[in-house]
Amino acid sequence: MPPSPRNLPDPMVRGLTRQRLGRRDALRLSGLSALGMALAACGVEGKGNPGASAPAADAVAKYWAGKTSTKKVDFACWPLYMDPKQPELKKFTAETGVKVNYQEVIQEMGPWFAKVQPQLSAGQSIGYDLMVITNGIQFKQFKDSGFLAPLDHSKLPTFAKNAAPAYKNEAFDPGNVYSVPWASGITGIAYDPKRITRPITKLADLWDPAFKGKVGMFSDTQELGNFGMMVLGLNPDKSTADDWRAAADKLKEQKSQRIIRNYYDQSYIDALGKGEVWITQAWSGDVFQKNVSDGTNFKFVIPEEGGTIWTDNFAIPSTAANPVDAIALMDFFYRTDIAASLAAYINYVTPVPSAQEQMKQDAAKLSGDDKASLEDIAESPLVFPAESDYAKLHYYRDFATAAEQQEYQRIFEPIVLG
Amino acid sequence: MSPVRRVLAPYFLILPGGLWLLLFFVVPMVTMLSLSLQEGDIVNGYAFTGHWQTYLDAITAYEEQLVRSLIYGALATIALIVIAFPVAYWIAFYGGRHKPTYLFLLLLPFFVSFVLRTISWRQILTDDGFVLGPLKDIGLLGSSFHVLGTPFAVIAGLVYNFLPFMVLPVYVALERIDPRVVEAARDLYADPATAFRKVILPLALPGVFAGVLMTFVPASSDYVNSAVLGSSSTTMIGQVIQAQYLTNSDYPTASALSFTLMAVLLIGVFAYARALGTEDVMKVAAR
Amino acid sequence: MTRSDHPTAALDRTGEGSPLQAPPEPGLDTPAAAPRRRLTGGRLLHLYTWLIILWLMLPVFVMIVFGFNDTPGRYNQTWEGFTLKWYGQVFGIDALTEALIVSLVVAIVTMLVAGALGTGIGYALGRYRFRGTGTVNLVLFATISAPELVMGASLLTLFVSMGVGLGVVTITIAHIMFSISFVAVVVRSRVLTLDRSIEEAAADLGANAWTTFWRITFPLILPAVGSGMMLAFALSIDDFVVTNFTAGTTTTFPLWIWGATRVGLPPQVNVMGTLIFAVGVVIAVVSSVRSWRPGSPRRPKEQAPEGAQPGPAS
Repeated sequence: MPPSPRNLPDPMVRGLTRQRLGRRDALRLSGLSALGMALAACGVEGKGNPGASAPAADAVAKYWAGKTSTKKVDFACWPLYMDPKQPELKKFTAETGVKVNYQEVIQEMGPWFAKVQPQLSAGQSIGYDLMVITNGIQFKQFKDSGFLAPLDHSKLPTFAKNAAPAYKNEAFDPGNVYSVPWASGITGIAYDPKRITRPITKLADLWDPAFKGKVGMFSDTQELGNFGMMVLGLNPDKSTADDWRAAADKLKEQKSQRIIRNYYDQSYIDALGKGEVWITQAWSGDVFQKNVSDGTNFKFVIPEEGGTIWTDNFAIPSTAANPVDAIALMDFFYRTDIAASLAAYINYVTPVPSAQEQMKQDAAKLSGDDKASLEDIAESPLVFPAESDYAKLHYYRDFATAAEQQEYQRIFEPIVLG
Repeated sequence: MSPVRRVLAPYFLILPGGLWLLLFFVVPMVTMLSLSLQEGDIVNGYAFTGHWQTYLDAITAYEEQLVRSLIYGALATIALIVIAFPVAYWIAFYGGRHKPTYLFLLLLPFFVSFVLRTISWRQILTDDGFVLGPLKDIGLLGSSFHVLGTPFAVIAGLVYNFLPFMVLPVYVALERIDPRVVEAARDLYADPATAFRKVILPLALPGVFAGVLMTFVPASSDYVNSAVLGSSSTTMIGQVIQAQYLTNSDYPTASALSFTLMAVLLIGVFAYARALGTEDVMKVAAR
Repeated sequence: MTRSDHPTAALDRTGEGSPLQAPPEPGLDTPAAAPRRRLTGGRLLHLYTWLIILWLMLPVFVMIVFGFNDTPGRYNQTWEGFTLKWYGQVFGIDALTEALIVSLVVAIVTMLVAGALGTGIGYALGRYRFRGTGTVNLVLFATISAPELVMGASLLTLFVSMGVGLGVVTITIAHIMFSISFVAVVVRSRVLTLDRSIEEAAADLGANAWTTFWRITFPLILPAVGSGMMLAFALSIDDFVVTNFTAGTTTTFPLWIWGATRVGLPPQVNVMGTLIFAVGVVIAVVSSVRSWRPGSPRRPKEQAPEGAQPGPAS
């Protein structure tokens, strides 16, 4: 009979059942000490340089020295941030001959940073020359880790001319050293009026037991935390750890009372569309785009207690292969006509105030429904907010130290994960 | 071959593969252990300080998910045994000439990527999709009835994805049963039920045990099924670990949880092996 | 480990005198009274088995059917009408096609490298008895039974600690790592059943060790090596969990699907899935048909029936 596994003596079995002494023990002990040394030897180098705000003046020159146009740009962005037919990009290509590869690969800031961090840390290209990132924890992490290229403002003349002054001095990037805004947006509440017949006006409506199992919230801890604090009447900007814990307890109510269906990233809009949720935390422009593309009738409101305002920004990763074309594309989006075209589709706040006038002029050339809807957008406070509208809106909580930020994360993350 | 070469030959053969496994399986485990004991943050780097409190913090924060994963894994495994056994039994005893065909048919769906299959299930089970929608329209189900997002959906997904890993070992064990043994039982006046209970079942048990080994570990550490078919109330520890690595960049917590999960499962496997006797484990491994 | 029960492995074992062969009919000598009760129970179980098979195939049917859906955009959720157009536009989405190519390249490299490394280990374990056998067996067992999540996560920590970045190279390294053990196990089980007397005969006829290996042993274990390589290919092309941790911004086919599921899966994905499925089925059918062909040297019914039932060959 040919040898089969059942017939072979099994040294493994013997080893497990009999005592072995001497050399084995010595080897084991030395193995353990080697393990100890190995454990201590592993470390992860940080690239961080927190506290460094503006880079040295020659850093800009050093970065851009010798970089030339390669006639292509790989652009990483979020879904629902551009007309799928990409008219603005086509125009750019027609005028400059630079090909743009537009990929909607960013769904949430946390995962995006975690995904590209190892590669940027190793000085490796991430496959993209331009990305759109939100101001917040991860923006700071990108900046402090040195992963963002310092911008050469001599290549951004249109930005200098057309951008609203408020966007030139944002707290998270004063002087636009590393970024220029793409669009600004508001986090509020979206709901389906077919399923929810009463008007929705307050954050507290997201806690209404009448909507049991049909409420959605964001999985991003910054979005979640802000709403948790605002519903309790707390101001996120100056909140303390106790405020965070109170907000966390309030958020946990949604889970314990089974009010919440799930925590979502950008996909909340699909869930709303499919009827998985009837009312959800939402980003202002998404709802309108969904209504236009799918013929739905969802409503978006800024709650009485307040909403969150954030800015998504263009940034160039430090290992970008085609930065010159990337920065040209950045500047292109500050042209009035381009900004108007983009804002008319995505319905987010544009950093170019002259776009409003442009939109009204464009509307005058149209007729009927098209004209009416474009005029609505031109007047919409969600695309061109007035000073007074900003009063109710809060930014994400800014963290002074990494320890503070970790504490915040550790308070809110378990809510999303469990 | 000279005697020296004969002695050294196996070592040379093992060397390249063994080195690869050492570098990319064993060493990463050490790195992970090391990272779990480090402190710092992603921007400024981590340094080894032997900070074991991370384990306590992580486990207290997520023990619900850990326990839930083990429960889902156990439920899925039990369901698998119940569902797979009759199939394996039928093919082994009644399959006749067509045994390979039936086994092929069972394995056929696995030529499609499992991510795609799980997403297809989500499409089938959508709240208002082509299965639930009509049922709701005719009033058989309430309008807020949903399958997705429930523990049932997640466990069903686990059972679906791991079915062959239970059917095949059980089949192999049943197939090896010498039919003359069953015949002998019959000759001794055993009715079919007793013959099954006293002869077939015990002989099939090694296959069942092998199947359990092959399904409990991956089922408990799965995260795709829960992410696609579940909701935040069904979060499994796999999702937590994945989120800590790939959303929060919180490497120490993530590594601590990962190590804990592995330790729990390893202890389970070895306790299980002890209960059967080590030889069966090695038999399973040798297969 | 029964992971070698992955589609290709199980089917390739069919040609090797493994238990998946139909042995002589078991019921030849059973008393006449029992069959009737067996038959009704048998019918129920038969039905049950078919139901299970259909249940397993259900998502695949849905996937295939929705590849023919005449849907306007990315939301391939509701049936709009039948069309073949997606089969013409299979490579219409650049990023998806690129992901598929990456998957194929990684799978091929994995197949070749893991095939070589795993065969070495498998052959050594099966053929020789040496002092490291226990440790090697343990490592193989650990690699096969360790949760993929932990393997992927630990590799991520390794690459991050070493500061080497992530991408196609790290994905391939990871895939080779977990495929080696499967190849080794498949090859080892075949080597264990090798009849040493043939090799001895060759030596008696004056062949040296090299010749014996290349002209006798290797052709005999080649099916197992091929089987192991196919297994490695299949594991690699389908892998999601480990790849998710080691890919960085690179995408493979499963990763692309995962990423796109938030925004909506385009019909091209269904088409590609259907095509890959069809190719896999054809290969499996062809390879089993070939081993059943009348002239085939390893026809199961001609196995030496000296009571040497081909045991669970792996």
